[in-house]
Amino acid sequence: MKKKIVSTMLCAAMITTMLAGCGGSDNGGSAADNAGSTEEAAPAGDSADAGEAAAPAAGGGSVYWLNFKPESDEVLQDIAATYTAQTGVEVKVVTAASGTYSTTLLSEMDKSAPPTLFVIGNQAGVKDWKDYALDLTGTAIANELNTDAYNLYDETGKLVSIGYCYECYGIIVNPDLIEKAGHTMDEIKNFDGLKAVAEDIHSRAGELGFDAFSSSDMDDSSSWRFTGHMANLEYYYEQEGTPWTECPPTITGKYLDNFKNLYDLCINNSLTDPKELATGGHDAENEFKTGQAAFFINGSWEYEAVKGDVPNATMIPYYCGVAGEEKAGLNCGTENCWAINSKASAEDQQATMDFMVWCVTDPDASRKLVDTFGVMPYKSAAESTNGFLAAADKYTADGCYVMNWATNFQPNVDSYRATLVSALNQYNADQSDANWEIVRTAFVDGWANEYNAVNN
Amino acid sequence: MKTSSSNSLQKAIRRWGILFMGPVLIAFIIGFVWPFIQGIWLSMCQFRLISDAKFIGFGNYVKTFQDASFRHAFWYTAMFAVVSLVIINVLAFIVAYILTLGIKGSNLYRTVFFMPNLIGGIVLGYIWSMIFDGILGRYQTSILLESKYGFWGLIILMCWQQVGYMMIIYIAGLQNVPGDILEAARIDGATSMQTLFKVTIPNVMSSFTICMFLSLTNGFKLFDQNLALTGGQPFIIQPGGTTIKTTEMLALNIYNTFYSSNTTSQGVAQAKAVIFFILVAGLGLLQLSYTRKREVQQ
Repeated sequence: MKKKIVSTMLCAAMITTMLAGCGGSDNGGSAADNAGSTEEAAPAGDSADAGEAAAPAAGGGSVYWLNFKPESDEVLQDIAATYTAQTGVEVKVVTAASGTYSTTLLSEMDKSAPPTLFVIGNQAGVKDWKDYALDLTGTAIANELNTDAYNLYDETGKLVSIGYCYECYGIIVNPDLIEKAGHTMDEIKNFDGLKAVAEDIHSRAGELGFDAFSSSDMDDSSSWRFTGHMANLEYYYEQEGTPWTECPPTITGKYLDNFKNLYDLCINNSLTDPKELATGGHDAENEFKTGQAAFFINGSWEYEAVKGDVPNATMIPYYCGVAGEEKAGLNCGTENCWAINSKASAEDQQATMDFMVWCVTDPDASRKLVDTFGVMPYKSAAESTNGFLAAADKYTADGCYVMNWATNFQPNVDSYRATLVSALNQYNADQSDANWEIVRTAFVDGWANEYNAVNN
Repeated sequence: MKTSSSNSLQKAIRRWGILFMGPVLIAFIIGFVWPFIQGIWLSMCQFRLISDAKFIGFGNYVKTFQDASFRHAFWYTAMFAVVSLVIINVLAFIVAYILTLGIKGSNLYRTVFFMPNLIGGIVLGYIWSMIFDGILGRYQTSILLESKYGFWGLIILMCWQQVGYMMIIYIAGLQNVPGDILEAARIDGATSMQTLFKVTIPNVMSSFTICMFLSLTNGFKLFDQNLALTGGQPFIIQPGGTTIKTTEMLALNIYNTFYSSNTTSQGVAQAKAVIFFILVAGLGLLQLSYTRKREVQQ
């Protein structure tokens, strides 16, 4: 009898937990249907927001922004909470972990409450996601833009995504160290000038206490600076003045020797022996910040990180030995492009559109966003305070050409870059002509190969 | 009296069994059976989002068999699985044997050998890549530059991680070898080598079965250590730009295929995953039935 009571109680306990489990998932499900629970929507907000947010969400739609820049997450959460507090419209911001944006997007889009606002940053993204993107031509947000330069279109001319900020990359320089080494920034106006300064600094590194270039690690956290960014100089010049509008099936590698010029200079006049770059482990940003290196290959997003230690830091173009490069400017472009989910409900799309317009027109919001993103190409957005973007503007004002981000066309980008990294690793270990030919194969033939892999 | 109570217990188990099994069964169906069936369905579809799949038949399987990288990954994985199976089990058994001889500090050693198991594969991969490069760097090379370093590096890593785990299973087996048989062997004048090979090992065959099954399937399924240690590098870049990722194993190959940007790549990866499942399950079962036959009934 006792046994029976015990077993009955056990069963009852189990059923309770089971039902509790179901109840929990029910709650989770309905929260997800409402495009995220309020806690997720406004982590910085309080419960008063929650009450407000719940009411209009029923009729007015809500926003779910899948963000791809982890470093901006905090500001975006703050912006989302402010918007919710001001308008009562729910805004949920979810940030994918570094390097996992495309995989996160793939799984989030499959959920019952997919992102209403997401990022399509390059032509590969356009190819993958154009069917899920609303045509933004002539919409309220498109009318706020002050340039068409950072928008992405598909092959039918549909405006798939529009840039919400742009960035620039090139060679970050510490002018104080250049002067300490007895040179001036005016000497660096082309590759020969850069080479002379860098090689001189490297040869006297022991005596000066700093070296020319910071480390060029080839691990995943750093290799994109070369396979993605520096490679752009080859693609840029190969366009011969007519920017690509879609991914070319093949490239010629005509300017690969110029890439080699700069790459060789960079790895051979550096703090780190090129043979030690394969698995990484060096902190290039820190080397630059602490004054161990005068040059640092990176982009405008580094400004916030370095300006404290190197207040005079500036950025110069990729000088690589191309004729007329004295007129070169920085590499300006973006992978930060908003797309609206075409499969979202009309209310959610409208709510998302309103939110985007608010982001680029509200003085406080755009101030915060510009401080984290660098600059926003919209008529009423706040002015930029980023020193590297200011340098980019200065080059343009001086009549220099802007190097567009042709690198965004890299086909099957992860695989293409991984192959290039493998080839560069071999070259770094032994800088022979034979090994450079392997780099050339990966760079040029690899492009055609990946293009075929994607488009067959 | 005894039989009637055990009968009533069996009745109770029959009556209540389903209820007790229920939650696990439901979880198993939701978490395993259903996704598995869905996976087989998706392997015959073209899809980007699984809610948007379009049936295309066996095209994905045809593509899989035409894919040279998949074939390379298969042979590489098979070689890895066999080599790691042998080395891990030999080492684990030796360590277990030594630690059951009753030397001082056995428990401490057991703990120490088991510890690497508690570290996740990704972390292990990155730590070991630094260790290997710390050594190989002296010889102006790197684990990412030679596929043989990548292969043996992964073997060393897996041994380091798995030997302790298998050791525990072998220790349990060794402690269960009946003392009277060992004593009889000693009285009959068997040398310690004879005792080991004729008495001890046949009596721990059941441990061998489970350990070999585990290390074989672990070898085939290996993913995170592979990703973190070499990520498939070095690549052989052939004229024409096609590449062979020399140290890419099956699971990593499936992963890389899934996240490539071709419109059909998700379906092909799914087809590869189904083939992968059949392969691992088949080989595992084959190995089980083979070693089971060699177990002695005590």
